[in-house]
Amino acid sequence: MYMLSSKIKLTAIILMVVGLIGLVYGFLAAPDNVEEVKEMMAAEEHHDGSHAAVSNESTAQMQATEDASHNTANAEATGAGEGDHGDSHYEHLLHQLQSKPWSAIYVSAFFFFMIALGTLVFYAIQIAAQAGWSPVLFRVMEGITAYLLPGSIIVVLIVVFAGTHFFPWQNEELVAKDKILQLKAGYLNLPFFIIRAIIYLIGWNVYRYFARKYSVEQSNAAVNDYRPYKKSFKAAVFFLIFFILTEMTMAWDWFMSMNPHWYSTLFPWYVFSTMFVSAITVIAIVTVFLKRAGYVTFINDSHIHDLAKYMFAFSIFWAYLWFSQFMLIWYANIPEEVTYFIMRIEEYNLLFFGMLVLNFVFPILLLMNSDFKRIPHFVVGVGIIILIGHYIDVYLLVMPSTIGPNWFFGIPEIGSLLFFLGLFIFVVGAGLGKESLYPKGNPFLKESENYHY
Amino acid sequence: MASKFIHAIYSDDDLLMQAVKQIRDKRYHIGEVYTPFPVHGLDKLMGLEPTRLAICSFLYGLAGLAVATWMMNFMMIEDWPQDIGGKPSFSFIQNMPAFIPIMFELTVFFAAHLMVITFYMRSKLWPFRKAENPDLRTTDDRFLVELDATNHNVEDLTKFLYDTGATEIKLIEN
Repeated sequence: MYMLSSKIKLTAIILMVVGLIGLVYGFLAAPDNVEEVKEMMAAEEHHDGSHAAVSNESTAQMQATEDASHNTANAEATGAGEGDHGDSHYEHLLHQLQSKPWSAIYVSAFFFFMIALGTLVFYAIQIAAQAGWSPVLFRVMEGITAYLLPGSIIVVLIVVFAGTHFFPWQNEELVAKDKILQLKAGYLNLPFFIIRAIIYLIGWNVYRYFARKYSVEQSNAAVNDYRPYKKSFKAAVFFLIFFILTEMTMAWDWFMSMNPHWYSTLFPWYVFSTMFVSAITVIAIVTVFLKRAGYVTFINDSHIHDLAKYMFAFSIFWAYLWFSQFMLIWYANIPEEVTYFIMRIEEYNLLFFGMLVLNFVFPILLLMNSDFKRIPHFVVGVGIIILIGHYIDVYLLVMPSTIGPNWFFGIPEIGSLLFFLGLFIFVVGAGLGKESLYPKGNPFLKESENYHY
Repeated sequence: MASKFIHAIYSDDDLLMQAVKQIRDKRYHIGEVYTPFPVHGLDKLMGLEPTRLAICSFLYGLAGLAVATWMMNFMMIEDWPQDIGGKPSFSFIQNMPAFIPIMFELTVFFAAHLMVITFYMRSKLWPFRKAENPDLRTTDDRFLVELDATNHNVEDLTKFLYDTGATEIKLIEN
């Protein structure tokens, strides 16, 4: 039985308190009206030039069109459309600055939530594939998915209440003027959006509840009674079908509809790959931690090696999807598609390309050697690099769409990161401590224990 | 002095593994083992060095990447930087996304093919090469261990091999 040590518990609580203070500060520091924005701008002049500094002519045009549409959109959103022409820029800025703490909390909330969800998917895949190597890791994975319930509730609350901070299509006056948004209103409307979010929430959590229940039942079942295992297998298969459909619409709803004029077909897969590689990395890190602390003596280096192989392979998978999306849009350069990347390259250049180094170059070079993948410390080190990279990835999914060029990695971002990290450690630690980490009764357990690569 | 070899034939891979372990424990020198299929763990048991083929492959891949980069930089940027459909051919980095598919493929191509050729060369495999097979049955269902018997008492060795479960033991003198 694992017990969350009081030291870790205290650290988690301190992280949460400090993070919460940062978050509250972030919301309080956001400007309330245009006057405050003007004062802030007077204090730091450097933002004015940023819009004009565009290198090539066609991009300049596109940028201008996009800005113009955003200007009208957000001026309406704040309900102060009657201001004179010079004020519309400040209205725009005000809206973005008000969205900043919302975006900061959302990035971190989603980052930790997607780790739990990705772990649940990995778990379901292992069960549905009847994998022989992984059953010793099942209780670790179940522990991590304990975060799914609080995590998913927080994320759904954020997207439901964020309103026009995230989703311009929720602004009725904007939709009234925008033919494209009117045509999309059949899908992008608030009641349907909330219904969908609740369906995802219920579906994912119900599977998590039953998977855990069957797993515990199997441990307590009589010898040769595999009914809970069979139920768990069926549940995993149906969950995977449900998940791949809802993950797709979830990516449309919660990320793509932040840019309601933009669309990309492989976007949901891209979000999935980020989720999946981060989840596998966290499984590896938690496993190494538990092994170091001596709770999982039945897990050997070959299991770590396998997890590291997954980290390696899915880092490449992520890079493949990232590049496929980027290159297709870059190559064809269609104005309505390319705005997405122009914003990211011009305003987030270092993060956008730096993330590629963290998420692709480091893993591919560091995890290629088979011997390195067996060294637990090495896997944890690379895992932390990958997690930082994928945090930046989520950051870049959200920030350019909601706050545009006004990004800064400041107190709200750090605060929300610390808060959710603390919550994650706390909930996962509690989840790991609820049952024995040894999944007794699993039909593949013996094979898994003797697994050797 | 003429060299002597003993060929011990086994009918089962588990038996073979046990025999190899015992032979190694007795410090007899195993010249070669012939099996009809890969026997998992046999190389470790025989104490063979791990292969360095993967390292070769990685280096070949880097070579492929370098060739692709150099080739496209020369052709598309330096030699004749045309405007083809508005693609920016002012510098390599500006047009790089368009080159990545080729860079990737050439990396894989070099890594794969040169590694295979290295494998053929190192294991001396080529068409029309004379097969070195001491017993035709080893390609079907028998396992053969070849032992160097030059400086050993053949009687003792035969007895020992018989005890390890060999079904046939042959002395080869040449």
